[in-house]
Amino acid sequence: MRYALRRLGFFVLTLWAALTLNFLLPRLMPGNPALAMMSKFHGELGPNALKALEILFGVNTHQSLISQYFGYLHQIATWNFGTSLSQYPESVSSVIGGAIWYTLGLVGITTILAFLLGTGLGAVAAWRRGGRLDSIMPPVFVITSAVPYFWVGMVLVLIFSLTLHWLPSQGGFNVTSDTPGLSLGYIGDLLQHAVLPAVSLLITTIGTWILTMRNTMITTLAEDYVRMGRAKGLSSRRIMVDYAARNAILPNLTGFAMSLGFVVSGAILIEYVFNYPGVGFMLLQAVQGEDFPLMQALFLLITVAVLLAILIADVATALLDPRTRTAG
Amino acid sequence: MSMPLSSVTTVGEPAGPGVTGRSKRPATHALARLTRAVRSNHKATAGAIMLGIFVLVSIFPGIIARDSPSADIYKPRLGLSTAHLLGTTSFGQDMWAQVVYGTRNVLIIAFSVGLLTTTIAVLIGVAAAYLGGAWDGVLGVITDILLVIPLFPLLIVITAYAHGASTLVLIVVITATGWSFTARQLRSQALSLRSRDFLEAARVRGERKLYVIVVELIPTMTSLIVASFLTNALYAVLFASSLQFIGLGDPNAQSWGTMLYWAQNEAALQTGQPMWAIAPGFCIAALGAAFALLNYAFDEVGNPALRPVRRSRGKRAR
Repeated sequence: MRYALRRLGFFVLTLWAALTLNFLLPRLMPGNPALAMMSKFHGELGPNALKALEILFGVNTHQSLISQYFGYLHQIATWNFGTSLSQYPESVSSVIGGAIWYTLGLVGITTILAFLLGTGLGAVAAWRRGGRLDSIMPPVFVITSAVPYFWVGMVLVLIFSLTLHWLPSQGGFNVTSDTPGLSLGYIGDLLQHAVLPAVSLLITTIGTWILTMRNTMITTLAEDYVRMGRAKGLSSRRIMVDYAARNAILPNLTGFAMSLGFVVSGAILIEYVFNYPGVGFMLLQAVQGEDFPLMQALFLLITVAVLLAILIADVATALLDPRTRTAG
Repeated sequence: MSMPLSSVTTVGEPAGPGVTGRSKRPATHALARLTRAVRSNHKATAGAIMLGIFVLVSIFPGIIARDSPSADIYKPRLGLSTAHLLGTTSFGQDMWAQVVYGTRNVLIIAFSVGLLTTTIAVLIGVAAAYLGGAWDGVLGVITDILLVIPLFPLLIVITAYAHGASTLVLIVVITATGWSFTARQLRSQALSLRSRDFLEAARVRGERKLYVIVVELIPTMTSLIVASFLTNALYAVLFASSLQFIGLGDPNAQSWGTMLYWAQNEAALQTGQPMWAIAPGFCIAALGAAFALLNYAFDEVGNPALRPVRRSRGKRAR
């Protein structure tokens, strides 16, 4: 319990740090970058929208930094992220609401798949130490861990959509023939469009799971309780799954949380390559259109999502492993 | 941009036998051990050779590429030929020259960020472990916060406010945000070493704190420091190339990421010029792989249990 509270405290602290960073960045940059953006859109904004943006970015204000800061925090707390400039007059929160499900579906499913497949393969590799799987996989995945995500996406597009014409290369669904909704055609289309982005993410992330699992399991396999299991004459399968893998999975669980930040980064680039309509693609569009309110909100959203996932993984580790609770 | 491979194994144990201060010059001793390790491990040898080739190319690009990378004087969209090994871009530039001359930019970023982040991480990690108390608390919290904030979105936001980043800005920003993982690793390593006898002996001899840290403590962590350098260099390559790819770098720079940016902008894949995107991406992957292979090899050196086993020896557990 104390452990969970400590982690919760850290979550709040990190969240505050991210919010403060978000507040300070545009103000610290030489020549407030928001100023140029505001003047560009000046004629088109209503007075309310203008005021909200002025508070968010600290433009046209004679307030001290401290009172600006509290105004900013109040606005974030009331869920007012301002108006999107590139999709005016929609509010930032409604623009994001349309994109978030695509990213959650794509990243969520691929991460879980990569975790399950990678952990399984890693366990088998460690169990058959020196076998074919074990000698091929580590060098191969050391190399794939160094390959840029977006490049894998580009190569897959080149092979499977442009050369073989098997799968679509752009977008999240067929814009001309589908309307989003619960129709069979739309869902089938959705899945078809998700295959290549998902596979690119899978290829580049799975290596970490495999190697971490393999390396930890090699250490647990040398433990006395595994030898004890062997001496008792338990089946190999039982020793591998219930004795060795069960204990070796913990670093992978913590790694699961830590790597989420990296998965999100990768997803941003993958969405960009495939013009996939998720939050990563939207973030880059916001950057290119100098839509800073949208960009800020997306940065906060991604950060909060990653921090929440880390919190959940922390609590899960504590539930699964009594040692972390006592070590606190 | 996956997790550092050394995360699981390198923390905790010191680098190996013979490091407990018996040798008169721990630093040179450790370096000799590293060289030996690179030569005895196939993965490390492969990584070192690949890295060596890239370094040579970046120093003497003119020897293997006759054309100027920025000259747009050729017929656009040429295929592969002996005159233009990789063909030409739709602006009429020679792609082979672009790839060759692009090596320098990415290597400068990799080595500067690797060195700077590792230096900052050593200072902060060792200071936190050695000073202890409130210092450790404050430095630890800063490190942990930076560790969990997703770096790439943060980098995107910073470079967007800066209206695109020159190579120098890229180095500064990636360094400023990227030191935390290494600092944490070094801190735990330094903590585990803090109560060792050879440090106690130095203290009893009446050596100053700075002397103990620089001459006694840091040399024993050489292999972890080298591994950190490699990990950070790999990240720098991937982060910088990614930022350049999405157009947040300097669009006129000669680099692989910028090449990919123009390839994407000009729809190179769709218009039948796949080499424009394939070649620079392959180079990024190869350079990254060189750093990753070296790093993995150091992991194997630090943790003998991970080394490949010969099949004839049979299982250890029997």
